Amino acid sequence: MNEATAQSSSSYLQNLLAGQPRVEASPQAWLNQLRSAAVETVSELTIPTTRDEEWRFTDISLLTRVSLQPAHSTIKLGTADIKQFFIEEATTRLVFVDGVYAPKLSTAAGKGIVVSNLAAEIAKNSAIIKQHLAQHAALKDNAFAALNTAFLHDAALIMLPRNTAVSAPIHLLFIASQKEVVSYPRCLVLADNGCEATVVEDYVSLQDEAYFTNAVTEFVLADNARINHIRVQREGAKAFHIANCSAILSRSSNYQSVNVAMGARISRYNLNIKMAEGAECSADGLALIAGRQLADTHTCIDHAQAHGVSRQLHKCIVGGAAHAVFNGKIMVRRGSQKTDSQQSNHTLLLTEKAHVDTKPQLEIFADDVKCTHGATIGQLDQEEVFYLQSRGLSETRARNMLTYAFGAEIIERIPVASLRRSLEQTVLEQTSTQL
Amino acid sequence: MIYPNSKTILEVRNLCASVSGTPILKNMNFTVKSGEVHAIMGPNGSGKSTFSKVLAGHSDYEITSGTVLFEGKDLLALAPEERARAGVFLAFQYPIEIPGVGNSQFLRLTYNTVQSHRGKEELDPLEFDDFVREKMKLLEMREDFLDRSVNAGFSGGEKKRNEILQMALLEPRLAILDETDSGLDIDALRIVSKGVNYLANKDNAIVLVTHYQRLLDYIVPDFVHVMEAGRIIKSGGKELALELETRGYDWVSDEYKAAARVAA
Repeated sequence: MNEATAQSSSSYLQNLLAGQPRVEASPQAWLNQLRSAAVETVSELTIPTTRDEEWRFTDISLLTRVSLQPAHSTIKLGTADIKQFFIEEATTRLVFVDGVYAPKLSTAAGKGIVVSNLAAEIAKNSAIIKQHLAQHAALKDNAFAALNTAFLHDAALIMLPRNTAVSAPIHLLFIASQKEVVSYPRCLVLADNGCEATVVEDYVSLQDEAYFTNAVTEFVLADNARINHIRVQREGAKAFHIANCSAILSRSSNYQSVNVAMGARISRYNLNIKMAEGAECSADGLALIAGRQLADTHTCIDHAQAHGVSRQLHKCIVGGAAHAVFNGKIMVRRGSQKTDSQQSNHTLLLTEKAHVDTKPQLEIFADDVKCTHGATIGQLDQEEVFYLQSRGLSETRARNMLTYAFGAEIIERIPVASLRRSLEQTVLEQTSTQL
Repeated sequence: MIYPNSKTILEVRNLCASVSGTPILKNMNFTVKSGEVHAIMGPNGSGKSTFSKVLAGHSDYEITSGTVLFEGKDLLALAPEERARAGVFLAFQYPIEIPGVGNSQFLRLTYNTVQSHRGKEELDPLEFDDFVREKMKLLEMREDFLDRSVNAGFSGGEKKRNEILQMALLEPRLAILDETDSGLDIDALRIVSKGVNYLANKDNAIVLVTHYQRLLDYIVPDFVHVMEAGRIIKSGGKELALELETRGYDWVSDEYKAAARVAA
């Protein structure tokens, strides 16, 4: 890296940090310290470029050309303005507008389970929050995660007590309402022994101008906890979305995740899952992009101990001159015997200019394991199109149906019926306009 | 069955077709009248499957000369979907799987698409459900068949039954069954054949493309044709199939060559 770029990329981060002193000080000294430490970390880092191995295929220089500020004022929104985003099955919902908690739009839960704004809960549960917040190693040395922590104030906090089962999904809704705003959505989910819940993390926009969402989500699953994590990124067309998620899985816990990326001009999602003995996880994903969109998914499934089971099916549907990136690392540590891991990545390129970079990465340091991975990249199969035409469907209809079906295989895995239906509808619309 | 005064459904004249420049069909002549069941037999590579795909409109095949009339109209001018709507049906040797699309949704979509182009009434999901379940009984299909994705994870027999179910729904005038018998056990063969026999009537016609005589024990053809090198070299009644079963194809080929020499 030459001096000039290093200079400009670190000064870019400094500019983003300029608003940090305005973050309201917390009564919790440790939180203030956490933020200051994060400011330090950011100061030592530079914004990644394509010369960094982890960002080889994803050029975010466009982001550095947009002038961004944290939201200084919030736009008054009523339920009617955002009702379109609601998930009917969800009885608890936390709404954040440009990163700021909106209590009037939210239906928090505070008895037994906690689904609330972190700023409000922190005094009551300080010790346990301190123990987990921003502690996962995967978030260290990461400029974007550190930036998020530096601005940490409002955040979605979910605490599930031992052996509780929450049947209705918990909806975390992050709404972008203003242009040229940077927001720092944050979620912390603490799932105690044997609890069960479904968390929907949902990014939407009410406007089409440029803005930046820099999100961090942390899941901590105690023994035998079972969590479904559905992540839907449907940001505005000119948005930048960079998100880091870490999930720590204790013994025999189970983390099932589906991540759908269909919005934003440039998006990057890092998912890090660390698994203890006998833990199970799935990390399925769908990127559905067109135009000049770039969607990058980096996942790392770390089998840190033996007897873990991981499943991953990641699909990309790329139209226009869009660019998808998938980097899926499976790490099997020394001693993680009997690990059972399957990864596949399939990409459908709808046009000549559509483009994908895919990189499965297996690092195996144990000898008694079962690990498979595979990747395919292709266009629609002409025989399949012909089959549908021979049943009376027009070629366009046939292509739409096959494209839809390709994506629906992932959408089907979302265990919330209304969300599944609405996403199926979106995929149907997207796949029929792209052709 | 051969009926007096039946209408001509399909008339293929001197049809030549090639794939990537290689001729596959060479002067194919073939006529089918309503009510008839034809069997096209022949060794691998004789052009049987190509012929069925050409009739259905597969884009891999280039028609270099000849004509195909379907109910008096130029079939070759139609796109595959237009042929389907006009009443041509091809049961695939290898039906494709479409994970992510429910079978009932798919069946209703194809049914309604074809119905609307024929100026007939479409069915809503509930009406269609009753309608398709009736048809499924014919093919002894389990109810969960509708809830699964199209052909995904279906056994060979289930896929073929799903093909015949589509035939039952789309009510073609000309049904071409491409190796529908291959890979079926006796039980599945019996069920599929029963379905086809039930659907055959005096207004439609069936063309069975097959390697084996076995299928013809269940669906009795009015005519049996032998294809070789892209054309029909011998035609006869159902007894020809039995003769092929015992004697193989070589004698037909020899006979044809001898006749060609005499003619020359």
